Amino acid sequence: MAETEARTSYQGQMHLLQKEIMGRYFSRLTRAAEQGKGKAVYMLISGNPVELVLAFDMIPVYPEINALQLAVKKASLPFIQKAEEIGYSMDNCAYVKADIGLFLGDRKTPFATIPPPALILCNYVGCNVYLQWFEHLAEYSGGEIYNLDIPFMRDPSDQPRPEDITYVVRQLEEVIEACERISGTPLNYAKLKEIVGRSGETGEMWSRIKALTKNVPSPFDAYFDSVTMMAPLYCLRGSEEGVRFFETALKEMEEKARMGIGPLPEERFRFVIEGPPPWPYLRTFRDLFAKWGAVAVASTYSTVGGLWEFGFHHDSNRPLESIAEHMLQWNVTNRNFLQRYEQIHRYLKEWSADALVIHSVKSCRLFSAGQGDMREYFTKELGIPTLLIESDIEDPRYFSEAQMKNRIDAFFESLEHKKILLAGAKAGGAV
Amino acid sequence: MIYAAGIDVASTQTKGIIINEKKAIVSRALTDTGAYVTRAAERCFAEAVQTSGAKREEVVYVVGTGYGRYKVTFGDAQITEISCHARGASYLFPNTRTVIDMGGQDAKGIKIGEDGDVKDFVMNDKCAAGTGRFLASAAEALALSLDNIGDISLNAKNPVRLTTVCTVFVESDIMSYLAQGKKTEDILGGVHSAIAARTISLVRRVGIETEVTFTGGVSRNIGMVRALEEKLGMKLNVSLDSHFVGALGAAIFALERATKGVASHESRVSSQTQNP
Repeated sequence: MAETEARTSYQGQMHLLQKEIMGRYFSRLTRAAEQGKGKAVYMLISGNPVELVLAFDMIPVYPEINALQLAVKKASLPFIQKAEEIGYSMDNCAYVKADIGLFLGDRKTPFATIPPPALILCNYVGCNVYLQWFEHLAEYSGGEIYNLDIPFMRDPSDQPRPEDITYVVRQLEEVIEACERISGTPLNYAKLKEIVGRSGETGEMWSRIKALTKNVPSPFDAYFDSVTMMAPLYCLRGSEEGVRFFETALKEMEEKARMGIGPLPEERFRFVIEGPPPWPYLRTFRDLFAKWGAVAVASTYSTVGGLWEFGFHHDSNRPLESIAEHMLQWNVTNRNFLQRYEQIHRYLKEWSADALVIHSVKSCRLFSAGQGDMREYFTKELGIPTLLIESDIEDPRYFSEAQMKNRIDAFFESLEHKKILLAGAKAGGAV
Repeated sequence: MIYAAGIDVASTQTKGIIINEKKAIVSRALTDTGAYVTRAAERCFAEAVQTSGAKREEVVYVVGTGYGRYKVTFGDAQITEISCHARGASYLFPNTRTVIDMGGQDAKGIKIGEDGDVKDFVMNDKCAAGTGRFLASAAEALALSLDNIGDISLNAKNPVRLTTVCTVFVESDIMSYLAQGKKTEDILGGVHSAIAARTISLVRRVGIETEVTFTGGVSRNIGMVRALEEKLGMKLNVSLDSHFVGALGAAIFALERATKGVASHESRVSSQTQNP
């Protein structure tokens, strides 16, 4: 009884609605796969231009989401092994391997049957592995591929150069031509503007939701509960259903903030977290923090698909330009490392966090490279208690619970000791 | 008179310490952990109680530490060995600012404050390179006892340069040196030197500040003590009780909690949050 209550205590209206609408989304994928209803466009999460896909009534499919769903449902390993059997290395990204393994079979998963791609739109080229992933999918499926070349954020001004925006917009126009050909319908520009307008609204609500975790206690966990909101953000952003989901989530979280309700019985530590979660052990990982009353108040992972909380919003008057800006500037993976430091530093200060936790994943060497330096920077330069832990996003073979628990427990033991000392000093007593 | 106990259930051995209310060690116990972790912890505790001369009921607080700390089912609280090694090292050598702890599967660097609190720590990643297990593999490959390899390594004149610190591949590496006619002491000199170098680069991540105290089972290996000292250019604090430091720290925490009436954090949290 007590266990059931604790399990549901993480669940709110937002979580239930998410299950419902994502269930509908996955059913749509299955219908497309099994009955040929609708054309699938494969995309990558980072800075995804979902608005274009929705404007043609095509179906956005994210191999990353399929891979992580497999991991959450503890079904990823056979697919990973299938890819390894045909020669993918142990060291390859396990998202890639799980997805390739899935594709080499009948594309059936415990949550949906994945339709084959009508268009493979590789929108994120900050990662050369992802570029090759989509090239492999194109080879296996025979689907048409378009590789968007998104220049990395490299200018000291931290702004994209005007020619970068023009360059991306010109490519988006080529993507539109491809979508027109594949869907057999010309672009309805007014419809695109409406969708981009709804993305603007969604981004605005998402920003307001994220600002609520500045409250003490934080009304939700900005890592473990944010991931619940991220799937609708990528699959349904720009749709009316997506807007309704974020209206519900915002209302619920505002109410929790007003009532002073957090995700745990007591918020004892506030931390910022960098890096994606270990999907095969998500619940175990969450509980390692929950045990200490530790709540994530901000996460860089929740900005992989887009970074709205620092002022960006999609503008329906400049639909293609704002999609380009989103892809170039407003997602964490296309930004340089110093910008990531700055983002984390802002979270630590403005969200009043006690500590930084870095979860480094073996699959994604590109995103994880430099996290050792990051730990040094925050610990030594800024004096922020920082914990670096390591496992994987997808491959269950890289998660050692005993080792993970030991590090997390030791970290919070030392933070607790600091709190006791601080409380003693404030009380003026001997410490 | 009241007593407090610390039981360090580590991957290879389980260590127990009982201290009196003046924090003086009154007994030690050591047993192999094996597959039955709770039984090992109980056996270790019973032996420590017996040799202490105290009655069981006089041991008022027990803290479990190490990987098997949650298997110390008779304990009052569990604290990680990182905190316990810091506290134990600080008790034995009050000026300790850096702890190097090398156990069966872990190598750690811990930066500590004046009262023995953990300021920062780093651990080896999931690979067992640079740990006691590596030395055990090397000893096995040379058909030597683990207890002797440190002494033998001190006789090295031309230590070999090991190409791997991988615990799995070290055996074939050693075979290859033996085939080349290298001397046992030179091979062991290379083994200790390689592990010392790897450990130091790990510990440098938290910063090495004097005094440095070396703890854990591997600190009983004189070859490793000398190899670390040589590379660091400084003397290390090593106690005769160095492999009991985790248990000692746990016992000190236990005594503090017993005398200050501090409820265990674990029990406080578990009363609030049901584990979903």
